[in-house]
Amino acid sequence: MSKLLKNRELLLAGIIALMIAGFATRAPGFAAPANLANIFNDTSILIILALAQMTVILTKSIDLSVAANLAFTGMAVAMTNAAFPDLPLVVLIVMALGIGVFLGAINGFLVWILQIPPIVVTLGTLTIYRGMAFVLSGGSWVNAHQMTPSFLNVPRFSLLGLPVLSWVAIAVVLAMIFLLTRTPFGRAAYASGGNPVAAVYAGIDIGATRFFAFVLSGAMAGLCSYLWVSRYAVAYVDIANGFELDSVAACVIGGISIAGGIGSVIGAVLGALFLGVIKNALPVIGISPFAQMAISGVVIVLAVVFNARAEARKGRIILRNRQTTEVPA
Amino acid sequence: MSDKTVNPARRAIPDRLGTPLTRSLASWEVLLFGVAVLIFMANSLASPYFLDAWNLSDATFNFTEKAMIAFAMALLIIAGEIDLSVAAIIALASTAMGAAAQAGVDTPGLVAIGIGTGLACGAFNGFLVAGLKLPSIVVTIGTMSLFRGISYLVLGDKAYGGYPESFAYFGQGYLFWVFSFEFGLFLTCAALFAVLLHRTNFGRQVFVIGNNEFAARFSGVPVERVKFILFLLTGLMSGIASVCLTSRLGSTRPSIAQGWELEVVTMVVLGGVSILGGSGTILGVVIAAFVMGLVTFGLGLLNVPGIVMSIFVGLLLIITIALPILARRIKQARKS
Repeated sequence: MSKLLKNRELLLAGIIALMIAGFATRAPGFAAPANLANIFNDTSILIILALAQMTVILTKSIDLSVAANLAFTGMAVAMTNAAFPDLPLVVLIVMALGIGVFLGAINGFLVWILQIPPIVVTLGTLTIYRGMAFVLSGGSWVNAHQMTPSFLNVPRFSLLGLPVLSWVAIAVVLAMIFLLTRTPFGRAAYASGGNPVAAVYAGIDIGATRFFAFVLSGAMAGLCSYLWVSRYAVAYVDIANGFELDSVAACVIGGISIAGGIGSVIGAVLGALFLGVIKNALPVIGISPFAQMAISGVVIVLAVVFNARAEARKGRIILRNRQTTEVPA
Repeated sequence: MSDKTVNPARRAIPDRLGTPLTRSLASWEVLLFGVAVLIFMANSLASPYFLDAWNLSDATFNFTEKAMIAFAMALLIIAGEIDLSVAAIIALASTAMGAAAQAGVDTPGLVAIGIGTGLACGAFNGFLVAGLKLPSIVVTIGTMSLFRGISYLVLGDKAYGGYPESFAYFGQGYLFWVFSFEFGLFLTCAALFAVLLHRTNFGRQVFVIGNNEFAARFSGVPVERVKFILFLLTGLMSGIASVCLTSRLGSTRPSIAQGWELEVVTMVVLGGVSILGGSGTILGVVIAAFVMGLVTFGLGLLNVPGIVMSIFVGLLLIITIALPILARRIKQARKS
């Protein structure tokens, strides 16, 4: 199975490379290192959110509220920055993480303690969080001139040739690889999604594992909220609207099984980059940006079909085997 | 998404049932009906404009279109599947009708195109889920992007208008006095779906699949065919809802019916349909439709903005699911 997954990631990387090469023939300079770094930077937030989503999906759950969490937290952070320009940036980042964790913990609590299906919980909190962003701001915007220069400039600051935003994404990727492959939590996450019954017998607390996955997802959404608001230099109620679907799409494209238990960090990163390359290439090759939604829809459906092929387990055909053996008897 | 296997106690069968009367009094539908009556009374106290026949008739437009989809969605959820692409189907069907209206197609043709588009989308979902055996949540998240994406591709930031005058009847016409065509359609659909789910073999099969798909297969239930038909029905109802909504608004934008999938699912779950599949009634969904319509209309009369209403819808969804779980938890704790 791991060999298959490796093949799959290589395949995806190959497809992305082919796509870049193809776009480069239409638009010279698309494959230039500076442009590729630009695409990576542009996709950084999606990469981080895809990894958050992946952790949740691994435990056989789904978090549709990440984008709403991002919108609420981003609004709170931007308003705080506008109201108290003297607060150091570190405080604001800690605040973003804190609010994100709290909102994620609400999801996790409802899933863990009340055992409500995650899709219902996060569909509900998705509207609640975004509604709260409206209540908080009264529908008004926080614009660039209301934000402090340090708030705006830190993610843009270039370090060793890459903006800090990209470095944050790289750090998160490395941390997630460590967390999911080298810690008890990672093992528990894979186990509770792969086979919940076996996980319970092995002494893994599935509920607690899901709770922490949601908390982690909330924390990442909080981190992204600052990055998003700072990068686009504006905060309003509808920021990142529909972004939760992009994060799920990145996971599905990256080979993370929606049934839980299967997937790798590299896969999710490649899935996010796949979407990022398409998004950046459309205007370059002269396709209407309105086509993006339809294209990601097609890609998600194809990826699901492809995943199902790769995951098709032999257990599925037990029924058919038994029938054929019973007929002659 | 659910882990039925881990927690078999969830499906425990009680040793003794109460009398039929106490059982029906304690049923979800009766409880929900009480909530509806309370909201109705609160509304009439809160706003002097509420108790007016025309106002109440207007209030029904808040939920009739969503409820029509909710009936089909209820069957789908009872069978253990879900369709998150319903709102996107509305957008695509509306776009198709808009394009046809530009080309000069008349009302009967427009209706056929709207319903046909809905059926085609439903068949596509059904093929992916029942034919290729893919998980419906991801499939319909994908087709949701796809269907609405096509609308955006066709329309961009423009809008279609200029529907023929007779087309307006479906969303704006009245059967008699204050009873709108849509309300009549809503009641007809409710009756048809209630018969389909509770009085036919097909309905029985839907319940069996939702309770135990394996057992259903062993009992000779054509699981794939039933699921395909359910997705087809959901597409059909979305197409019909699209005809009504487009006729009522008189224009088509790609963002039409944005976020309706959530409200439809909320309506179904609020109506007492188990999100894990296997149980639920159409009557419950009908009452839930009234409850949601009354809540949003009442809040609207009090000048509450739409996005704040969505907070109430979200809370309603979580609380209505959490309450029975908590109640059962407390009952169990008291027993032991």
